[in-house]
Amino acid sequence: MRRALPSLVPPLLFGILALAGWELFVRLGRVAPFILPAPSAIWHELTVQRGNVWDAALASGANALIGLVVGTLIAVLAALATSRFRLLGEVSVPFAAVLNALPIIALAPILNNMFESTSSVPRRLVTAIVVFFPVFLNTLRGLREVDPVHQELMHTYAASGWTFAVKVRLPGALGHLFTGLRQASSLAVIAAVVAEYFGGLQDGLGSRITSAAAFTAYPRAWAYVAGACLLGLTFYLVTLLLERLAMPWRQRLIA
Amino acid sequence: MSAVVIDNVVKIFNQGRGDEVLALSDVDLTVGDGEFVSLIGPSGCGKSTLLRLIADLIPATTGTVTVAGKPAGQARREQAYGLAFQQAGLFEWRTVRKNVELPLELRGIGRAERRTRAEQMLALVGLADFAGHYPGQLSGGMQQRVAIARALAVQPPLLLMDEPFGALDEMTREHLQSELLSICATTGTSTVFVTHSISEAVFLSDRVVVMSARPGRITASIAVDLPSRDDAGRQSPAFFEKITEVSQALRGVPVP
Repeated sequence: MRRALPSLVPPLLFGILALAGWELFVRLGRVAPFILPAPSAIWHELTVQRGNVWDAALASGANALIGLVVGTLIAVLAALATSRFRLLGEVSVPFAAVLNALPIIALAPILNNMFESTSSVPRRLVTAIVVFFPVFLNTLRGLREVDPVHQELMHTYAASGWTFAVKVRLPGALGHLFTGLRQASSLAVIAAVVAEYFGGLQDGLGSRITSAAAFTAYPRAWAYVAGACLLGLTFYLVTLLLERLAMPWRQRLIA
Repeated sequence: MSAVVIDNVVKIFNQGRGDEVLALSDVDLTVGDGEFVSLIGPSGCGKSTLLRLIADLIPATTGTVTVAGKPAGQARREQAYGLAFQQAGLFEWRTVRKNVELPLELRGIGRAERRTRAEQMLALVGLADFAGHYPGQLSGGMQQRVAIARALAVQPPLLLMDEPFGALDEMTREHLQSELLSICATTGTSTVFVTHSISEAVFLSDRVVVMSARPGRITASIAVDLPSRDDAGRQSPAFFEKITEVSQALRGVPVP
């Protein structure tokens, strides 16, 4: 921890300087608040609206979390099946690529029409689909990359396919799974927020941003954007923490 | 009973295709119980292929491989041998102890006994204090020792090693050679050891089997009897005589 502190100083310093520069630019340049509000104005709105920001962040966070968990589960299962059956591998990777090329957020209005307007399912569905691709591809790569020495060793131990999968393939793919999850965690928040722009239930950060902007309350819109940013950061950091907990061997315990 | 009997074995890779390779031709080799045999030869002479045949990692094209009186496939399923490669091949997500326990785990041996056996083996290779560490925290030499402990964990009558010390520095290498000899002496394990270091082969072995390439075959079998297998043994005239004999046998092969 003591070693982590000095490495935190440069980015913190940079952040403070950037904020100060922004404030000066807006004040000295007399920039109209509807073009770019000052950080102080945004901060003021954030403190005034903190209850609302918190509630909206909770709603969006729940959507992002459920989408992330569901998407990850499906992606891992699909990767397991794909690595197990060669035929499935040949079919599913191009299929996944097509899925990824789809502008998934653009599916939101269609999904919104499929469900009731009070349903949270469309946003969660969009999030799950967005999450699926990075997790699936990374996990699949991990499952396929088995050290040939490990393969031969398990063969000499006369290990069954199942034993091999559980004792070698899965733990070996954990690192790749978390690489996918790290990408997916931020994507999940973005998807959950942006999906609201296209209708459906309006209780998250996305709808707050659009409605504040519609009322020309730009500092307030920015306050919600800051909330979305913090939410994404939280997701990312929690994923990093989980990664450390799940893979204790990646840490250097001794100097 | 002999530890390994290789009878008239031929190995052809990619048989019947354009890139067919005759890897081993008419190989006969017998390794006695408790004997330490080294396979030495230039790259491509099939020494690793021969080891893989004994381990039943690849099948022989013709001929038979018998390990401890059983066909190689049955011997593998019964874990009648331990195997160590040039790369330690440890599982990075398992602690050192868990790595050594793995072959025992797959044999269905109970937790308490696994632990005792693993600790015995780790003590044997001098790593008892590192049981709780992860492989990533160990040096290359220590990792290789863990791999040897793992190969010995099922107390196999036969140890197969493919250049296990190849990636190590000279100091560590000599240290591990002495350790390996004392382990084999204590446990009475027969060993087949692939190397391309002449001095390593002579120092370790009761017999050095010299192979040549294209096609891979055995060209000489040189019995080694050193006065002692320690630093004094490394300085003895017998040691240097055998080194000369092996290198002559290696050179006697016309280089293509």
